[in-house]
Amino acid sequence: MGPFIIRRLLWTVLLLILISGITFFIFYELPTADPAALRAGRSPSPETLALIREQLGLDKAWYSQLWTFLSDLFFHFDFGTSYVNDLPVREQLFERIPATGFLVLGAAVVWVVVGVSIGIVSAVFRGTVWDRLLMGGALLAISAPVYWLGLVALYLFSDDIGKFGILPGSGSYQDADGFFEKGHALVMPWFVLSMAFAAIYARLLRANLLETLSEDYIRTARAKGLSERRVVLRHAIRSAVTPIVTVLGLDIGILFGGAILTETVFNIPGVGRYAFDAIERGDLATIQGTTVFLALGVAVMSLIVDVIYAYLDPRVRY
Amino acid sequence: MALLEVRNLSVQFETDDGVVQAVDGISYSVDQGQALGIVGESGSGKSVSSLTVMGLTRARNARISGEIHFDGKDLLAASAEDLRQIRGNEIAMIFQDPLSSLHPFYKIGKQLVEAVQVHQDMTKAQARDRAIEMLGLVGIPDPRKRIDSYPHEFSGGMRQRVMIAMALINDPKLLIADEPTTALDVTVQAQILDLIQRLQSELGTAVVMITHDLGVVAEVADDIAVMYAGRIIEKATKETIFAKPQHPYTWGLLKSIPRLDTPRDQELVPIAGRPPSLIVKPQGCSFHPRCPYRHDACLPQDPPLEPVPQDPGHGVACVLAHDRREQIWAELRSHA
Repeated sequence: MGPFIIRRLLWTVLLLILISGITFFIFYELPTADPAALRAGRSPSPETLALIREQLGLDKAWYSQLWTFLSDLFFHFDFGTSYVNDLPVREQLFERIPATGFLVLGAAVVWVVVGVSIGIVSAVFRGTVWDRLLMGGALLAISAPVYWLGLVALYLFSDDIGKFGILPGSGSYQDADGFFEKGHALVMPWFVLSMAFAAIYARLLRANLLETLSEDYIRTARAKGLSERRVVLRHAIRSAVTPIVTVLGLDIGILFGGAILTETVFNIPGVGRYAFDAIERGDLATIQGTTVFLALGVAVMSLIVDVIYAYLDPRVRY
Repeated sequence: MALLEVRNLSVQFETDDGVVQAVDGISYSVDQGQALGIVGESGSGKSVSSLTVMGLTRARNARISGEIHFDGKDLLAASAEDLRQIRGNEIAMIFQDPLSSLHPFYKIGKQLVEAVQVHQDMTKAQARDRAIEMLGLVGIPDPRKRIDSYPHEFSGGMRQRVMIAMALINDPKLLIADEPTTALDVTVQAQILDLIQRLQSELGTAVVMITHDLGVVAEVADDIAVMYAGRIIEKATKETIFAKPQHPYTWGLLKSIPRLDTPRDQELVPIAGRPPSLIVKPQGCSFHPRCPYRHDACLPQDPPLEPVPQDPGHGVACVLAHDRREQIWAELRSHA
């Protein structure tokens, strides 16, 4: 296991360098917009532009720019400086991680619990009305865009504009203090964000479980005289959830890079909201920072997933 | 009274393609400590009939009729819970592929302990001791250490030994072995059969051995039932089946296995054609389309299993006259 983790870590670093490099080329070398013009603000003089070019090092050759960018990032963990307010991107990003983390992890708990339960019920009662209702509902939940769901939820349940004002609405997270108040403010975002995921996990688990239930070792478990409950919950689920762990890890990694739509609809000051604002303002350094951060999240989570998988499936040895 | 008595058992499955007549009115019985071999091709209904004894074919699309009596209990009328308590406790089963039949994620110790604890009021430590004892009994070397291994860490033969240990751990009265040696190497097959025989005589367990391999039943069984297309077409003691078979299908099976006591240039004779569909069965005797001795009398109806003259324990389902059957078998044997 040790050598495997080291090998994977080295690959992860290599992957991050590659992704950062690609990000750099997309933003600085492809003729999308002139970074200096973005930085300079409205109708700058040619002198200002030249000055900014020098400050940002844009007048240097591309490889030396790339080197500066990568060495800042990897040796100093420096994500650059925001074009808008001149603050370091790293600090601003890190400030927003707790909000995103709370949102994503809470939602992950909701969608795993809901998705797995629905998946089990659907598989065990396969072909019945319950199965069809639940799978139909899942299809609806997958098809509904998260911003639309968010707006509908706010319209129905938020305590300011909602028809049944029972939950804190948009922007309440920012005003909330302490763990429980913040958690209360996140109830609606958790459910909105987890709807589609819960539906996907339910379908995935149902399919896995149906496959597992026809395995020989399930027949053995029944032949041993185990109760059907134990057969499903101990023997079948154990195999059926294992692939779901992989998907879960990557989903959390991706969302850590910003649950952009949810954070925007509910006005939660997280990484996604930060990226959204940066895109609106053309804040290149910040966009780039959040992009690299997203890549980091996915790479680290996929490493964690691989390690967990080896524990879950004793046949896997690295 | 017989330990297991199956009477006129039929099992049908409703599928999208039609009703599958998997088992079509079979009867057999197994006495305490006896071994019955059920022989037939894939799809002859031999596995389905045994899974039905275990109550494992109960499903929404299954239609089961007939009678199954085990140790004085009516298994077809038994509730799911009663059956569950019999399964793994009084009737145990082992399967064809021991790798896929053991849960890949659990250590074998856990799977054995679970089998004990579901039926007996034992602590984990007691159940574990029992598991180690059983692993030793089935010939797993160093069971105290091996109990903490995962199934994939065993060889095929050792895995089947683990399955046998798990099946016999609660001292069942009946062991159903469904093709227990099919997935194993020939040398390992013999070891597993020896093991089953040894345990059968030591523990007094009755055995139903399901196989397509006459060599396997020759080793283990006292009685043999030959199944074809969901029916038993011949039933007798092992000696009788090998010495005086009466059904053309049994002849075909016997002629298609290689023997050491025949000349080497003797060709094996496969049975022509393929097993029939169980959805649309041939009219009359199910075997007649493949039978070299078919004639008009085969068509009107599927012949019932009837005792052979002078041997009431030997049943055969064929419309050929007894004399004619004796004559054909004598010819077949002299060619060999």
